[in-house]
Amino acid sequence: MRKCSLDSLNAIFTRINQFAKLYLPVNGNDGKAAYTEWQEGLEWSNALNTTKSPKDFFFPQTEDLMAFRTSGKNIEIIDTRKESEDFVVFGVRACDVKSFEVLDNVFLKEPYDSYYANRREHGIIISVACTRPADTCFCKTFGIDPAKPQGDISVWKTANELYWQSNTDRGAALLDKIADLTEECGTEAVEEQQQQINKIMAKLPLANLTTDGWGAGKTQELFDHPKWAELSEACLGCGTCTFVCPTCQCYDIKDFNSGKGVIRFRCWDSCMYSDFTKMSAGQPRLTQKERFRQRFMHKLVYYPENNNGMFSCVGCGRCLAKCPISMNIAKVMKTIGGKDND
Amino acid sequence: MTNIQEALIPKIGVITDIRIDTPDIKTFRVVTPDGVKPFDHRPGQCAMLSMPGIGEAMFSITSSPTNTEYMEFSIKKCGCVTDWLHQAEVGQQITVRGPYGNPFPVDDAFAGKNLLFVAGGVGLAPLRSVINYCRHYRERYGTIDIVYGSRSKDDLLDYQEIIQEWANDEGVNVHLTIDREQEGWDGHVGFVPNFVKELGFSTDKTAILCGPPIMIKFTLDGLYSLGFEKTQIYTTLEMRMKCGIGKCGRCNVGSKYICKDGPVFRFDELDELPDEY
Repeated sequence: MRKCSLDSLNAIFTRINQFAKLYLPVNGNDGKAAYTEWQEGLEWSNALNTTKSPKDFFFPQTEDLMAFRTSGKNIEIIDTRKESEDFVVFGVRACDVKSFEVLDNVFLKEPYDSYYANRREHGIIISVACTRPADTCFCKTFGIDPAKPQGDISVWKTANELYWQSNTDRGAALLDKIADLTEECGTEAVEEQQQQINKIMAKLPLANLTTDGWGAGKTQELFDHPKWAELSEACLGCGTCTFVCPTCQCYDIKDFNSGKGVIRFRCWDSCMYSDFTKMSAGQPRLTQKERFRQRFMHKLVYYPENNNGMFSCVGCGRCLAKCPISMNIAKVMKTIGGKDND
Repeated sequence: MTNIQEALIPKIGVITDIRIDTPDIKTFRVVTPDGVKPFDHRPGQCAMLSMPGIGEAMFSITSSPTNTEYMEFSIKKCGCVTDWLHQAEVGQQITVRGPYGNPFPVDDAFAGKNLLFVAGGVGLAPLRSVINYCRHYRERYGTIDIVYGSRSKDDLLDYQEIIQEWANDEGVNVHLTIDREQEGWDGHVGFVPNFVKELGFSTDKTAILCGPPIMIKFTLDGLYSLGFEKTQIYTTLEMRMKCGIGKCGRCNVGSKYICKDGPVFRFDELDELPDEY
């Protein structure tokens, strides 16, 4: 383990930025944190987490897939893919780091997605432990430890210092490049912080939320549960939960005619929208109840069934904070999971 | 990395023939610009066709894999992409990618079996691939019964092929029906499910169904009343699709993705999925 003083952070960021683009949470004019490309003078946000998840780095909200030129009856396909630049994402929380694993299971499974894979190969993740978890946090429910965040490098921030530990070869190589700005140290301060984090976690409102009653093989039991109607009744179908969610990965593919040619792009989509499954032959999910159910059944039953029991939720709490009707996955888990976790 | 094959990037196809089948169905013949079949497929598999700027959509490949020269798609005019295709002319290039999904088990579960195909309307399109495959390898299968119905005589897809080729094959029995009486039609009149019950098939057959949901529902009831088991009835499902490779999430039903784990299912397998297709 290595450490540096917080005062030297600027020098470290400058160094990293010499060999890779660096992104970190910075407070915007609205006072809310968002991943921002680092430049001299920017300050690392104190916020617990960013409004939008960092899934954008690997699975952008919109991205071009290819282009076409047409003339008369002929079409030319243009491969617009480019090798990604190397980049470093600093300050990722443990929940969001885990979300990349959830996305990997979708995009890196055969046939693998070269757009996602390309960015994933070029991105280095520096995570940071959560010293002030919020009331909306429930990462522990999914076996995530906010005191031991993963990623290529893990970082712990104390009052005056930053502690660094590499978890991968890529992480170690990066730490070598800033070795002259850090020094070898013991693990006592980090261990003390980890204990404090665990104490806070135990007192959080959702500390006892469990996945009991959910998981692979529960489709028959849960699909027709009488509570779906009640839980989904006020759902506006706005899709905010899916857009702030670090693990939602449904997408649409559309064409844009620029006048000079056609760009085929993909963009995030939401199973909460009525036209998501609508086709000329009909609409398999007729009301918001079916769409609402799909989102939670996918995260808590279908995805685990296809991924050795791993859930497609990391307990980041963004949907709890953002839902306009205050409905969320924690309420769904408690109500339908059979056991009231309160 | 640009050399890595990307499933979402299609290849160019050329429409070399357009056959007007019915007032709203045309059959498009497609090859690559080099004049060869775009790719190999198995009976029941699908392909993504697109016109840049219009959109991309999934279609079943209606030609049999035993046709080594070209691919055919029978397409009903019913949306953006299909409207555009219906106004396209011979020589038009489109994009094509695939094959997607699982095929009908023509070489294992169907081998040696008596086959009963039941189709309604454009539902014959995905089954034509299977029927022509089984006709090509005729000795591998028992009797073949084909029950096919549509709104009117003019709405029967592949009509010439059915009466000139299928109906003349030994051991192939074709049973056509239309919904209402029509001048010039001396065949059966009535809906497909009732016709299946009237014909009263023995249960030594494997049934393959494709058609509108209402036809499937009542045909199933009929087959069950004749003594058929779910394990001997197959169908192919339709859902909205964008990627075709089980990632975009649209065709997800239960833990299955219809584009990748389907579209072909046996009815006992469908029982394990939530009723959302």
